[in-house]
Amino acid sequence: MIRRNILAGMTAALALTAVQGTAALAENPVLKIGFVGVTSGPAAAWGISNQRSMETRAAWINEIGGYKIGDVTYDIEIVSFDDQKDPKRAIAGMERMAQEGIHYVVGPNVDNGAAAVRPVAEANGIMYFPYAFPKELYTAPASNAVLGMVANYQSGPAIYKYLMAERGVKTAAFIAANESDPLSQRDSGRAAAEELGMEITSANVTYQVDTTDFTPVLTPVIRTNPDLLVLSGVSPANAPQLIRSARELGYGGIISTETAQDAQVLREGAGDLANGFISVGGASTPEIASDMMKEFVARYTDMFGEYNDESNTKVYALEYILATLAADPAGIDDVEVFKTAMDTFEVPNPYMKGDAVMRYVGMSSFGQRRQVAVPLVVNVFQDGEFETLFVAEVD
Amino acid sequence: MEQVVANGVYLGSQYAMIALGLTLIFALMNVLNFAHGQMYVIGGFVTYTFYGQFEVPFLLALLMSCATLAILGALIEKFLFGPVIRRSAREESTMLLAAGIAFLLDAVILLVFGEKQRGVPKIVDGVFNWDFRIIMPYDRMLICGLAILSIGAFIAFMQFSRTGRALRALAQDRTAAQLMGVNVNRYSMIGFALGAMLAGLVGGLLVTITGVNLGMGGPTSIKAFMMVMIGGAGVISGAIAGGFILGMLEAVGLAVLSQYGDITYLVIFIALMIFLAIRPHGLMGKPWG
Repeated sequence: MIRRNILAGMTAALALTAVQGTAALAENPVLKIGFVGVTSGPAAAWGISNQRSMETRAAWINEIGGYKIGDVTYDIEIVSFDDQKDPKRAIAGMERMAQEGIHYVVGPNVDNGAAAVRPVAEANGIMYFPYAFPKELYTAPASNAVLGMVANYQSGPAIYKYLMAERGVKTAAFIAANESDPLSQRDSGRAAAEELGMEITSANVTYQVDTTDFTPVLTPVIRTNPDLLVLSGVSPANAPQLIRSARELGYGGIISTETAQDAQVLREGAGDLANGFISVGGASTPEIASDMMKEFVARYTDMFGEYNDESNTKVYALEYILATLAADPAGIDDVEVFKTAMDTFEVPNPYMKGDAVMRYVGMSSFGQRRQVAVPLVVNVFQDGEFETLFVAEVD
Repeated sequence: MEQVVANGVYLGSQYAMIALGLTLIFALMNVLNFAHGQMYVIGGFVTYTFYGQFEVPFLLALLMSCATLAILGALIEKFLFGPVIRRSAREESTMLLAAGIAFLLDAVILLVFGEKQRGVPKIVDGVFNWDFRIIMPYDRMLICGLAILSIGAFIAFMQFSRTGRALRALAQDRTAAQLMGVNVNRYSMIGFALGAMLAGLVGGLLVTITGVNLGMGGPTSIKAFMMVMIGGAGVISGAIAGGFILGMLEAVGLAVLSQYGDITYLVIFIALMIFLAIRPHGLMGKPWG
C-alpha cells in the first residue's frame, strides 16, 4: 500500500505538472475553477475526495482536447486551497480565488466555513458550491451558493420513512460529534424523526471530534436500546469505530447516517460488524453507474492509487459548473447570467444509467434553485461492498 | 460503576503509554516534542501496512513499528534536535523545530499513507460480558494487558539496565552525568529513539482498536501534554499516574456527564487549570523526583 500510494502520488504529481505544463503550452485558453475546502487534519478525507474528483475530471477533459463552451474550447485548471476546516482560512481561500479572477468555486466542506465565505463570494461575483447544509446560504436574499449534495434534512426523512415502513422501526437514538455540522444534522434529524412519529430514546450524547475509543461514549446510548441508531454527520474516520463499538456493546438494531461513507474504510475498520449499515451514496453502485461513471472511477484510481466512495457525489459539482456555462457562455465572466441559466438548465446525467438528468433543484427547501440534483442514493453496506437500498429525487 | 472503572483502566493504560515517550524525551533533553502524536500515527500506519496489508504476524508488525520509530527518532535527534540544542541557548528553538517536524510528518503521512481512516483485522474476536455489568471486547483487554506489561518492562529497563541508569543520570544532571563518563550525545540519541519507539509501540497496539488516520497526531499530542502536566513534566511515574488519572476522569465524565452534552473535557480542562494553579509542577514535582 505504501509503495502504491507513493507511486500513485508521484504519478498524480507528474500528471498534474504535465497537465499544467500542457495547459501553458496548448492553444486552448485556460478556465480556472477553484476549490476551497479541508484537505488536512481529521476531516481531510472530505476535501481531498472533492479536490481529487475535480483534478481527475479536469485531467480527463484536458486529455480529450478540452471543454467546449460556446465557440471556445477550454482546458480546465483546478486551483485548490486548504482551509484546514477553519473559517478564517476559508475566507482567505475565497479571497485568493477572487484575486485570481475565478468566478466558480467548489466548497467549503463545512457549515461555518461556507457561512464565513459568503460576503467575499457575493462581493467578488463568485458562485460557490458548498457541502454544507444551513438553509440561509441557499434562500433569498443569498443567491451565490449552490448546495453540492443532498442535505440531511432531505435524506433523513426518506431513510426514516423507509425504515419505518420496511423494517418496523419505532424508536431512534442520535449521537453526534460536538461540532456545528454534526450537531445541526442531529437536531434536524431528530425533528424529522419526531415528525414522522418515531420515539427518540437518546439525543443528548455527543463526542469529541478526536475521540478514538467510542465504547465509553456509546454505553449510555446503547442502554436505551433503540431500534435505530443514527450517527449524525459522522465523518468517515469515526463511522467504523462507532459501528464496531456499538456492535461490541451488544447493539443489534439498525445503524444509519446521512453522510457519504467509503466502503474500504468500513471494511477495514469494522469488517462484518458494518453489515447492514445504511448511508447516503452516489452513483457508483453497479446497479446505477453509467459507463462514464465507471471510467471516472478507473481514472481516479489510476491517478491517486485508490478510489474514495465519497467522490460518488463529489464528481458532480465541476460537471454542473461546466455544463451550465456551456448552456450560456456569457456566464464565464458574469455570474448573474449563470444564475439565470440555472432556472432552465437541464441536461442528461452522464454518470447514471437511465433517464436521470442534471438540473438545479431546491424550490421546496430553499424557494429557489440553489441545489444540484445529485441522486439521493441510499446504500447499505453488505459483505465489504455498498448495495443500493433505494434511489430517490430531491426538490 | 464496574463498566466505568473498566473503561477508565483501559483508557488509562493506553494514555500512560502515550505519555511515557513524551515525558522521557522532555526529561532527557528538555524538548517539548510536539511531533509525538505524529510519531504515534506513523507507528499505527506501519503496523497497518505490515499486519493489515502484508499480513505478517501482529507481533512482528508491532516490532516493525518500534524499529521504524526508533530509527526515525534517532535520526531526528542526530540531525535536527542535537545540532539545534548545541547551537541555540534559546528553549523556543527546539519548540519551533518540534512544531515544524510535526507539520512535516503530517505531510509525509498524507503522501505515503493517504487521507483515509485505516483499520486492521481484530487480533482476538469475542466480547467479555459479565452480566451486562462489564462489557469489554477481548481485544481491548489484551491491548490493555500488553500496554501495562510494556509499561512494566520500560520501568524495569530504566531501573536495572546500564542504558537506563545512564539515561536517568542524564535526566537528573546532564553535566554531572558527563563528568561521570556518560556519553551525553550518544545517550541523548538513544533516549530520543526510545521515546519515539514508545510512540510507535502504542500506535501499533492501538491501531487494532481505534484504527489510524492522519488527523490523529495533533489531538494525541495535546492529550499527552495534559497527562504530563498532571503527573509532572519529565517524571516517568508522573506520566503513568497522569495517564491513568486522565483515563479515569474521561471514563467517569462520559458516564456521569453525558446527559449534559460533551462537557467532559471542558470540566477536565477547568480542573486541570485549577490544579496547575495550586501545583504547577504536577503531582510528582521535579524531574526524576
